[in-house]
Amino acid sequence: MTDKIRVVIAKPGLDGHDRGAKVIARALRDAGMEVIYTGLRQTPEQIVATALQEDADAVGISILSGAHHFYFEKVISLLKEKGAEDIIVFGGGVIPDEDVPDLIAMGAGAVFGPGTSTGTTIDWLKKAVAKDE
Amino acid sequence: MTDNYRDAKAAYDAAAEKAVQKNPERYGQFTTGGGLPLKRLYCPDDIEGVNYLDDISFPGSFPFTRGVQSNMYRGRFWTMRQYAGFATAEESNARYRYLLERGTTGLSVAFDLPTQIGYDTDHPMAQGECGKVGVAIDSLADMETLFDKIPLDKVSTSMTINAPASVLLAMYICVAEKQGIKSDDLSGTIQNDILKEYIARGTYIFPPAASMRLITDIFDFCGKHVPKWNTISISGYHIREAGSTAVQEVAFTLADGIAYVEAAKKTGQDPNVFGERLSFFFNAHNDLIEEVAKYRAARRLWARIMKERFGVTNPKALMLRFHTQTAGCTLTAQQPENNVIRVTLQALASVLGGTQSLHTNSMDEALALPTEKSVEIALRTQQIIAYESGVTNTVDPFAGSYVVESLTNEIEQNAINYINKIDDMGGMLKAIEAGYPQKEIQDSAYSYQKAIETEQTVVVGVNKFQTKESAHGRKLLRVDASVGERQIKKLHEMKSKRDNIAVKNLLDDVRKAAKSESENLMPAILNAVRVYATEGEICGVLREEFGEYVENVVL
Amino acid sequence: MSVLSSKILNGDVRGIARAISIMENKTNRTGVSEAEELMKEIYPHTGNAWIIGITGSPGSGKSTLTDKLIEQFRTEGKKVGVIAVDPSSPFSGGAILADRIRMQRHSDDPEVYIRSLGARGALGGVSNGTRETSLILDASGKDIIIIETVGVGQSEIDIMRIADTVCVVLVPGLGDEIQIMKAGIMEIADVFVVNKADRDGADKVARETRAMLDLLKNKDWIPPVVLTIAEDGSGLPELVSKIDSHKKFMHDTEAGIERIERRLNSEVENLLLSRLVVRAWQLWGENKSNRIKDMLELKTNPYAIVDEIIKNI
Repeated sequence: MTDKIRVVIAKPGLDGHDRGAKVIARALRDAGMEVIYTGLRQTPEQIVATALQEDADAVGISILSGAHHFYFEKVISLLKEKGAEDIIVFGGGVIPDEDVPDLIAMGAGAVFGPGTSTGTTIDWLKKAVAKDE
Repeated sequence: MTDNYRDAKAAYDAAAEKAVQKNPERYGQFTTGGGLPLKRLYCPDDIEGVNYLDDISFPGSFPFTRGVQSNMYRGRFWTMRQYAGFATAEESNARYRYLLERGTTGLSVAFDLPTQIGYDTDHPMAQGECGKVGVAIDSLADMETLFDKIPLDKVSTSMTINAPASVLLAMYICVAEKQGIKSDDLSGTIQNDILKEYIARGTYIFPPAASMRLITDIFDFCGKHVPKWNTISISGYHIREAGSTAVQEVAFTLADGIAYVEAAKKTGQDPNVFGERLSFFFNAHNDLIEEVAKYRAARRLWARIMKERFGVTNPKALMLRFHTQTAGCTLTAQQPENNVIRVTLQALASVLGGTQSLHTNSMDEALALPTEKSVEIALRTQQIIAYESGVTNTVDPFAGSYVVESLTNEIEQNAINYINKIDDMGGMLKAIEAGYPQKEIQDSAYSYQKAIETEQTVVVGVNKFQTKESAHGRKLLRVDASVGERQIKKLHEMKSKRDNIAVKNLLDDVRKAAKSESENLMPAILNAVRVYATEGEICGVLREEFGEYVENVVL
Repeated sequence: MSVLSSKILNGDVRGIARAISIMENKTNRTGVSEAEELMKEIYPHTGNAWIIGITGSPGSGKSTLTDKLIEQFRTEGKKVGVIAVDPSSPFSGGAILADRIRMQRHSDDPEVYIRSLGARGALGGVSNGTRETSLILDASGKDIIIIETVGVGQSEIDIMRIADTVCVVLVPGLGDEIQIMKAGIMEIADVFVVNKADRDGADKVARETRAMLDLLKNKDWIPPVVLTIAEDGSGLPELVSKIDSHKKFMHDTEAGIERIERRLNSEVENLLLSRLVVRAWQLWGENKSNRIKDMLELKTNPYAIVDEIIKNI
């Protein structure tokens, strides 16, 4: 038996659309993971502090307001600042395909657009965490 | 039913079963998009108990199942109202004038998230959000720009604003004053529906008691000073977007409505009066038949609730008038052109269901804000339904259909069951506190997602008929970071020019009004807005007085 | 001393976080030595924190109360650790840990450390790693540790073995009065909190609780009943002062010593039990398939095998 995967699912900023975040949180739980759900209106500082305190393997950011550049950059750079670049950052929401390469270049592990099955996310996350260890 | 009928029906059933034995049907159990079981065939015996005059009746008559007007679209079409707004007031003003030139008949303002949550653009929480999902409004100065050269007595304006609705309504009234227009002549809607923010949409600020007071203050103020204004748009749209079924959409929306009526009654207001100005907002989802039935059921049930529960006699206060938006959650990022067809079917359902106004989504909205081109196609979709399809030439054409009447009954009955349960919990506020509607919606959302993943539900282009394609190179509308910088600069310039002493004094008045239990908050807010107190300053005072809501998550 | 232990003693967030995970996962690993060596190293540095347990039915407002307690203790300048335990799914073993939503405003306060734990099958209201987690937070320099139990409405007696002061949260309208009688919560409470005191029936709950407490007259410590409205912070200063009085009582009387003795006793019992289980499983696993084969052929039987394992432990 390996250690349980722990994932923070966060809603940064003011965006209140949490259907996707809640669906993925449940799907990850049903895949045996421990999901720390932060709720709405999180600052990057709160998200990073949560990830550190919770010893998270990964942080999933859900954002539909179009402010993804700002929040991915902020979360990833704060994690680096704290020496925690080993914590995987991934995300989903209304994020155009053409923005994804930028987010990956910043250090995001993966970005899942609308219509991604939860199975795809789960498989990716399991592999990414295993590789990380 | 006659014996002949029964025999013939039995013969049909037997024949159909035999055919199924040979060639199995696509599903063991068919359901509507909202999960209601659907029979192979609906027949006269399915609507045996329906009494035409009591349950359906004529358009414009109680219980308004067939529509709120006697001739519906044979007179005037619904209001074609496209939700729009982005970046700063200048850019949005240009988009509104573009839409008005192309035949849109009402404006619908989308505000950015800081505006919706009562923060000025220079607040730390507003970082990265300025102008992204709507227009940034910090003060009356921005509102003046937003409606520049748009005569407010000639258009009706809908504003999607909830927690700080009083402030934005006050700004609108002040812009009208400057155009020389009296508040009596203004028509439009503020969403002003906080309960669905707690349940599904998330742009709340204050705790429930304070929020309900702000809402009933608006009811009262508008009744006296802005009589043609729809003081609330009780919204099922976002409940559905969050993943609810059609039944839950009707049930939770009307249960919210009940809570507002009760709150206003408690302040001594007469539902025969404020009831006229209540409006509703529903989603138009994919299942055409179920959606038509949903609107009809909602109309009938609301009329019955107002009459039986609240003793309303004024027919105008019994009518459920509603705006519709096609379902954003059904749009796909894959093969986005397909969204045009989805939107067409959804819009058709809302017209067949008797909507009073309609927003059709643009095909690129699963990717980003819509471009002008895609907005135009969306508007043309409505115009084609209105002018070319013919469905508008006779009233409520689906009435009497066995399946439609049967589903209308079923949706109404299931919604009643939910409402009874919420009553038992002590009403919607208590139910929200217990996380009940939130949990019901999340359960539906999760099972919908599972149905897609097991291909029980087919989404063309997503889990079937996929093509390898890339959205790269498609033109998307972007709001860059410089928009926020420009807006902050404008805000700071405005603050240096205004009468800051007057601002301070009038903000103190807002605080005093907030502290007093009996005073209506609207006049104090109007006075503060008039001297260019910002939205963030006014909501800041209210935050200090009322506190802030923390969501209740039950997963 | 190991690197990890010194990180904990220095209050390093990542070190603390990792150590807690090691404690949580210890039964998953082939050797428990890493976890136990760590505990041996930090144990001498514990005993400074006051540990408060918060237990009560779902919907009683435990998380909001915890949030407000953090605020109170922070204004006194105290460093606070929080352990929030949520149920795990019996089907997948996964969990959604959402208690901290209500405490998130404290998450970027460097003197507050909040950790969510899945119950992972434990039934007593806390998870198996909760005691160790509290020791780690204690050693890291926290003055106050608040443990929020699962709150499934059943008897959550394990909190008694971990916390110095147990607060039982009641609310009007949930039938909590009956709960108290049934579940023996009377015995575990050091302080009763009647939360949502603005609701109808709050006074009745408080009265009935006090009436039941009258039956305990011969005791040295009669649990006080505090009315609170966690949403707006009403009653929180009084709650903190009652917790302080209980702390003082524990310091000044034999009761404090007794509780610590009881806790040490159960700590040894638990450790013994878990070690024995691990060791026994290991011995059983070594030659499992051959022994099963032997049993199938009736060469031996389960009783004989267990005797053999016990002999070798």
